[in-house]
Amino acid sequence: MSVSGIIFANLHDQYIPQLTTTRTLASVPFACRYRLIDFPLSNFANSGISDVNVITQTNYHSLMDHLGSGKDWDLARRVGGLKLLPPFITAYSSNESQIYSTRLNALKNISMLINRSNDDYIVLADCDGICNININDLVNSHIKSGADLTMAIKRVSLTPEKAKHSSIVVSSPEGELIDMIRDPKNIPAGEVDININIWVVTRSYLQRTIAEAIVRDYDNFAKDIIIRNIGKHNYRVYRFDGYYAKITSIADYFACNMSLLNEKSTRDALFNVPNRPIVTKVRNSTPTEYLPGSSVENSMIADGCVIEGHVENSIIFRGVKIGKGSVVKNSILFQDTQTGRGVNLNCVITDKSVFIRDGVTLSGHPSIPFCIEKEKVL
Amino acid sequence: MSMYKSKECVAMLLAGGQGSRLYTLTEKTAKPAVLFGGKYRIIDFPLSNCVNSGIDTVGVLTQYQPLVLNEYIGNGQPWDLDRSVGGVMVLPPYQGNKSADWYKGTANAIYQNLNFLDRYDPKYVLILSGDHIYKMDYSAMLDFHKEKEADCTIAVLDVPLEEASRFGIMNTKDNGEIFEFEEKPKHPKSTNASMGIYIFTYEKLRKYLVDDEANPNSENDFGKNIIPSMLSGGEKLYAYPFEGYWKDVGTISSLWEANMDLLGNPPKFDIHDKSWRFFSRTPAQPAQYIGKGAVLSSSLITEGCEIYGTVENSVIFSGVRIAPGAVVRDSVIMRDVDIAEGAVVEYSIIDSSVSIGKNAKVGAPKESADGIAVIGGGLEIPENMTIDSGLMVNQSKLEELLSAKEEN
Repeated sequence: MSVSGIIFANLHDQYIPQLTTTRTLASVPFACRYRLIDFPLSNFANSGISDVNVITQTNYHSLMDHLGSGKDWDLARRVGGLKLLPPFITAYSSNESQIYSTRLNALKNISMLINRSNDDYIVLADCDGICNININDLVNSHIKSGADLTMAIKRVSLTPEKAKHSSIVVSSPEGELIDMIRDPKNIPAGEVDININIWVVTRSYLQRTIAEAIVRDYDNFAKDIIIRNIGKHNYRVYRFDGYYAKITSIADYFACNMSLLNEKSTRDALFNVPNRPIVTKVRNSTPTEYLPGSSVENSMIADGCVIEGHVENSIIFRGVKIGKGSVVKNSILFQDTQTGRGVNLNCVITDKSVFIRDGVTLSGHPSIPFCIEKEKVL
Repeated sequence: MSMYKSKECVAMLLAGGQGSRLYTLTEKTAKPAVLFGGKYRIIDFPLSNCVNSGIDTVGVLTQYQPLVLNEYIGNGQPWDLDRSVGGVMVLPPYQGNKSADWYKGTANAIYQNLNFLDRYDPKYVLILSGDHIYKMDYSAMLDFHKEKEADCTIAVLDVPLEEASRFGIMNTKDNGEIFEFEEKPKHPKSTNASMGIYIFTYEKLRKYLVDDEANPNSENDFGKNIIPSMLSGGEKLYAYPFEGYWKDVGTISSLWEANMDLLGNPPKFDIHDKSWRFFSRTPAQPAQYIGKGAVLSSSLITEGCEIYGTVENSVIFSGVRIAPGAVVRDSVIMRDVDIAEGAVVEYSIIDSSVSIGKNAKVGAPKESADGIAVIGGGLEIPENMTIDSGLMVNQSKLEELLSAKEEN
């Protein structure tokens, strides 16, 4: 039995345009030192899946820089390993429609690669979900049931905002997929199961599906394939019980980062699972230095920082400098942000290498955090 | 055609030393593998210096307790030394067809690896030791060596006269040429102390090593034998003056001091300089979490830590947990140490994976202490126990202390 993985790097970029103008959703920074793609990549690597293709579309320089050869995840291999798949555009054609925008079109684009592969199963994963999941369990349940496709689901309570980007999944107690409701308008009270965009597909089935999609010009996997074939094909669900956060907006992104501060159990569920570390690119930062006059409370702080001011309920990435007398509260400061003296920040997200001059005060609100774009000087 | 491209300069890093003056810290590891500065090991400094100086072929000579060191160096990837030609290679003593020997001395260690050096056909060989903390551009020293058309160049540091008798002293002419070498002289004539960093023109080095090996009375040591015989052989030896931070971390107090030298604004030794990075192999750990009630001052803290207590003037390695109400002051706390509620650790070095029980006391305030307290790796200090300042505690010492306590 052999399994390979496919990660979709760009599919949901539009969820947080504030942070994806110059990068893919996959390379959006998270939790002081990670990028969102570190979760699916580490999940694959931790499950022994060493052949991983990352499908990307636009803005992928930051992604390439982050992934490198894949050695940080032990995925720099002679056989298999990590491969980045940018759009395959035939020479001399000016056909922009070849830059896919849906999962199914992206898969059509790499159909040659899927046809050539020898793997029995392919796991598809998106970058909009944050979880530490044992992919082997998912694959084993798929193999045991003999399904064509098994979809990981998670029980959540859905808000109207979140529902816009979610699919409610209805399944039988035996785990058969009964219904899938995309973008639900009527949200049932209480908790529902949603699709968490991690699927395992039998490769021969995927090949047939793609061939059919090409012939019939289908472009949406959920609508044109799954919903059309429920009851006809063998679709099943796999219930994931661990910590899961879906990021569909900047408020979600903000809240998810903040949830790491509020509960040790959240940090442990993501980062301290035995044998399943979440791995990221090594940057060789020095330890963080706390100078006299610094005070820190309930915050996560990466290495390579120099802290001279006050930090509270905040997420501080690598190489950040916080000057004397500055007060940073409820904020997320990306890599190499610098504040001068006497700066006041509350509910602010600064992108990489932002510089905030002495005495500046900025404030947002948890529902609309104030975002400052990359390399801005304020 | 040889599969080995010739290299202009190959570095040989002497990493076999036991480091017995580091007591329990080197019970199970060689000195170069001792942890330093929050996320490094001592060997990261010469290795990173090599890479930053453009030297991409490094032989690491190991002998004493090499497991941790071998595993740490691995394929050399953290230092960018995983190369198809060259890179880093661990060179343990081996069995030859005539004899099988441990490395008898520093010169013998290199002699036994002449076959390794010959493969790269180097013009120059850089000899380094694995127990110093410093930042040095070896390429500038190599330029100096070429400019002087020297046969051997020795890096020297200007030390205070009262300390000079602890070092090998190079007496030089005005142009830097060495005319005399004195090992730990009682009455030093100059203050040019050898830093144990040599560049040799390989042709000459090879000759003197072969001759030295043939001499049954030789101790096969660079300082005691090779340098004096090159001087008496009329070779050109030059002293290369080095300015900047350099520390031999061979003792508990110098290891503690060197860690403390990373603190302060500006620090005595700046590891934050992005133009000269120090690389290390680090485990995947989440960012450090600083809880409510934590008080931090003048300290370095590393990823994977959870800090709820007070940390002052200390260096904290990765994965350390300091509980609410615990106090760590003037100390070096190595990896994955757990310090429980109410425990106080002062003027101490705590090795990896130690747990310190509730309300235990280790060491004493620096001003009143009788030296640095050291707790060996993996030990469990029970609740309410007191470890006096200046004590070196390993497994057997801890058992002794515990049974003495029961008798009382």
